[in-house]
Amino acid sequence: MATAQAQLDTKWWSGGKSPFNVEYGKLMMWYFLMSDAFTFGAFLISYGTIRFSQNYWPDPNHVFNAFPGAGHANLPLAFVSLMTFILIISSVTMVLAVHAGHHMDKKGVIKWMAWTIVGGFAFLACQAWEWTHLITGHHAVLIDGKIQEIGTTVTHNPWGPYVPNLLHNGEPVSTTGPVAFGGYFFGITGFHGFHVFSGVVINIIMLLMTINGVFDRKGHYQMIEKAGLYWHFVDLVWVFVFLCFYLI
Amino acid sequence: MEHHVESSTEVTFHHPPGGSDTIKRIIKTTVLLSVITIIELGLGLWMYFLHKGEPSHGLILAIKGIIVILSLAKAFYIVSIFMHLGDEIRNLIMTIVVPLALFVWFIIAFLWEGDSWLNLRNTDGHSRPKTEQRAPEAKKPGVE
Repeated sequence: MATAQAQLDTKWWSGGKSPFNVEYGKLMMWYFLMSDAFTFGAFLISYGTIRFSQNYWPDPNHVFNAFPGAGHANLPLAFVSLMTFILIISSVTMVLAVHAGHHMDKKGVIKWMAWTIVGGFAFLACQAWEWTHLITGHHAVLIDGKIQEIGTTVTHNPWGPYVPNLLHNGEPVSTTGPVAFGGYFFGITGFHGFHVFSGVVINIIMLLMTINGVFDRKGHYQMIEKAGLYWHFVDLVWVFVFLCFYLI
Repeated sequence: MEHHVESSTEVTFHHPPGGSDTIKRIIKTTVLLSVITIIELGLGLWMYFLHKGEPSHGLILAIKGIIVILSLAKAFYIVSIFMHLGDEIRNLIMTIVVPLALFVWFIIAFLWEGDSWLNLRNTDGHSRPKTEQRAPEAKKPGVE
């Protein structure tokens, strides 16, 4: 508490001190994340604009209702909740790694960083499955008076309104939906997935540096904190991707 | 442990490493984030079942509004506790948070734009009265 009081009484801008009381690298990581938040924000807002401009938009509970190994069972929100919890848990293991770093606990850092990396890979595997399922899962769609089987891609959207009273192999036939759906979904989840991937790569490098004792020699584990900021940001973005694409 | 205090001249005061308090706070936040997510999923499923009938537009909008607010709460806890922004100096927090206020304009302006676009689409650029506005219905294939 003595430190806290000293902090309050300090004239931060009178020179000779670090006015924000953080390392340069950590401050710059914050500003990078702020700019990245605008990039993601711009993507999501552009998606919102297009969605608002359409008379019809596919219902996410209808599009994302599959679960690996569950066949054609209708399980809305199930798989994406799994992905969300994987990311939340990997965020928690990252905080624990940072916490272990504060205590110069090399073994703890190694253990929690390893779990964070496992979580990152698990999330990427889920996303790979989901993309594959969407692209290769064909649905009967009425195009120019003919029934065609198409999957969800950046140029095709089989999730339009159903054609009344028309069945094809026992399945209802739909019309084509707004083509922007696939582009925005694959674009934004892809950009997020790219962040997860780069986060996993950064975490692996941090893990190797920890194992090699680099931070012990430096005398601090601040690099783990910076990697941690990036990883939490990935989780933060997912909160909004989850909100915009799957929930509302 | 004292030697790491001297290692960085960029930091004037070091936060003393937190003990079991920090772990408790992490667990509390984790539980909170999980509970909020479960509530969100519950609301999402509720909307799914409402959509099977003829839901009132206002109710759906209200549920979506609650989900957005819950997501913002999640974002606050992740940034403040997991990213430790809440523990930083106030001036630093402000340089991050104040620019993000731009999002208020950004979201309102562009969603407004999308709505206006929808209006133009449904009235052929205002050449048709708005009362005719309705979603194009799929044709029965046997009829053509």
